Amino acid sequence: MKMTGARALIKSLEMEQVEVIFGLPGGCILPAYDPILDSPIRHILVRHEQGAGHMAEGYAHVTGRPGVAMVTSGPAATNLVTPLCDAYMDSVPMVAITGQVGRAVIGTDGFQECDTVGITRSVTKHNELIMDPNEIPLLVRQAFHLATTGRPGPVLLDVPKDVLQVEMEWSWPTDDEVAASLPGYRPNMKGHPRMIKEAARMIGEARRPVIYAGGGILKARAAESLRELAERMGIPVVTTLMARGAFPDDHELCLGMPGMHGNYTAITAMQESDLLITLGARFDDRVTGRVDSFAPNAKVIHVDIDPAELGKIRQPDVPIVGDCNQVITEIVKALGAAGIGAADLSEWRSRISGWQERFPLHYDPHVEGDALKPQHVMEVLRDSAPEGTILASGVGQHQMWASQFWHFNEPYTWVNSGGLGTMGFSVPAAIGAKVGRPDRTVWAVDGDGCFQMTAQELVTASSERIPIKVAILNNAYLGMVRQWQEMFYEERYSEVYLSPDLPDYVKWAEAMGCAAFRVEDPSDVQAVIDKANSIDDRPVVIDFRTDAREKVFPMVPAGAANDDVVVHPSQKPTDKKVVQ
Amino acid sequence: MAGSPTHQTLSVLVENKAGVLARISGLFARRGFNIISLAVAPSDDERFSRVNLVIDVEETSVEQITKQLFKLVNVVKITELHPADSVERELLMMTVSATPDDRRGIIELVGVFDGKIVDVGATVLSVMVAGDPDRLDDFEDLMRPYGIIEIQRTGRVALPKARKAS
Repeated sequence: MKMTGARALIKSLEMEQVEVIFGLPGGCILPAYDPILDSPIRHILVRHEQGAGHMAEGYAHVTGRPGVAMVTSGPAATNLVTPLCDAYMDSVPMVAITGQVGRAVIGTDGFQECDTVGITRSVTKHNELIMDPNEIPLLVRQAFHLATTGRPGPVLLDVPKDVLQVEMEWSWPTDDEVAASLPGYRPNMKGHPRMIKEAARMIGEARRPVIYAGGGILKARAAESLRELAERMGIPVVTTLMARGAFPDDHELCLGMPGMHGNYTAITAMQESDLLITLGARFDDRVTGRVDSFAPNAKVIHVDIDPAELGKIRQPDVPIVGDCNQVITEIVKALGAAGIGAADLSEWRSRISGWQERFPLHYDPHVEGDALKPQHVMEVLRDSAPEGTILASGVGQHQMWASQFWHFNEPYTWVNSGGLGTMGFSVPAAIGAKVGRPDRTVWAVDGDGCFQMTAQELVTASSERIPIKVAILNNAYLGMVRQWQEMFYEERYSEVYLSPDLPDYVKWAEAMGCAAFRVEDPSDVQAVIDKANSIDDRPVVIDFRTDAREKVFPMVPAGAANDDVVVHPSQKPTDKKVVQ
Repeated sequence: MAGSPTHQTLSVLVENKAGVLARISGLFARRGFNIISLAVAPSDDERFSRVNLVIDVEETSVEQITKQLFKLVNVVKITELHPADSVERELLMMTVSATPDDRRGIIELVGVFDGKIVDVGATVLSVMVAGDPDRLDDFEDLMRPYGIIEIQRTGRVALPKARKAS
């Protein structure tokens, strides 16, 4: 069957069961926008290409299916670089399609030409410039295969305009043809049996074990098997920023988030542990603090689908390359086969509950006349959220408070930019999440700095009738930077003040078609959140005027050891170092 | 470089496609991997090319470099060739200043190193020597006093040593 390259591209996306494309047309991608009119695929017209990328990510985070972004060449492609890098750092499955100048023009600095594959090479799992229209179906299949298997990630296809315009012979490649076309790509799913046995033995012998669960648990859809392993052996679990929701926060074994702004117990349990069962995590510097003093007495089991993560930062005693779900299941089986039951961890568990009692998350209560406490806003948001609410966040203090104070009891309810730390992530990511899960309430918690970076996508949300809700924790500052300047630069505040009412967030949100509210008095927080939760026909924005002096605690200062965690001033321990 | 193995060769089979070399060099630049030399050539199968990389093992972890390389979709196979278990060769071509007085000495040295004179000019000689890279270093040192005008080295290529017993 003959058809144009453009038709073949859209048909290939249909064959891959794409239900939505986030995009914005332009010169070189123009031919691909014509067949979209006749396609069942929904297209969401964004206001900036970065928004398309983050929407695709948000969609992928909550559905597990690859998000698709389609934009034109040149500046549109470069605007996509940030979300591609974000998706690469956080292993988010995503397929990006960019227009490119005609084949004959490539390399001549044509209008809106840029070296898209060159620019995006280091921020994609793979990319291809499609030079032969007959290869469109194969390369689209490859892209989806690569994006979703092994360690997931973004894949970009760059398509010259004339490749979209000319006729090609349609043929949909088989699985075997796809596999044969990728001779160097063989992700290893199954863990090595000897290593799995060894892991089971070490788990049985550990007396102070901690499961260090990372985003790989969610990517491998391994939350159930993680729970089985933890419960069977009675081992406490920390969930990294990328793994919030992978293990329920309300579970007695859950210690919450470790790392720079993790809670004291999660940080200290890892430090004091004798075995870190590392599942789909990568020893990020925000988790380890100073590496050479991180969990100094712990042996390490490290399970990851990406062999390059094993030994990259911390040399594991038992390295296991494989899919987290398969490997955890095998470990549980091996524990059963070897008759290894739950060890007596009562001493360890009681030390842990001692830390939990002594160092819960804490903030000073509101004082009459002061601005709102951001942590209090988070708590009310949390307690008022309908069952199954999905929470997205930007990057900064509000992100840490969101992660700390929300109760994530279900996987895929947390959408966040972990590795890259992309300010402006939350609004578009929340839109993508709501498109993927229209049945769920989706809240975006944002800072005022973040909100100003991508707020224009609320126009997209209004016009496409995607009723997300945005809580701006407006402290009139780039809050996290302010915190660092306060703590580490002697309160010399440099270029961090933003103003609480320039822009006027309520007017701005209303101009973008949203319902909008401002809350300054603590007694209004609940009522306005309830009101926002009741609106379902358009996006809602709430401008919460929060206290700029609030800092995120606990905190492990950059470059410090996790033993030197700084807790809330009211909790200063008399003897911080815990004796083994 | 002589003596202790401060380097290791990776023989990397890659898909013969546009941009593969850029992917490899970009990866090294981004991850801060140090390489000593890099040689690319077609393999016996036209779908694939062979890249010979010599890594500075004192600066860079061979394990990380291998694992990161293997993550590139176009990388098909990586063989680590430890100097003790492999045969390494490199080709050197050089134009050296050769006055009538010096000419005899240069020709003798080229002979000692099993090289060839590939071009003769009025005051210069162009020579080529293939051999163990350490020997080429020696040859270069010996030629320097005559006045090296131009030099090209290919970087090393390597094969695993054949088994001596069946």
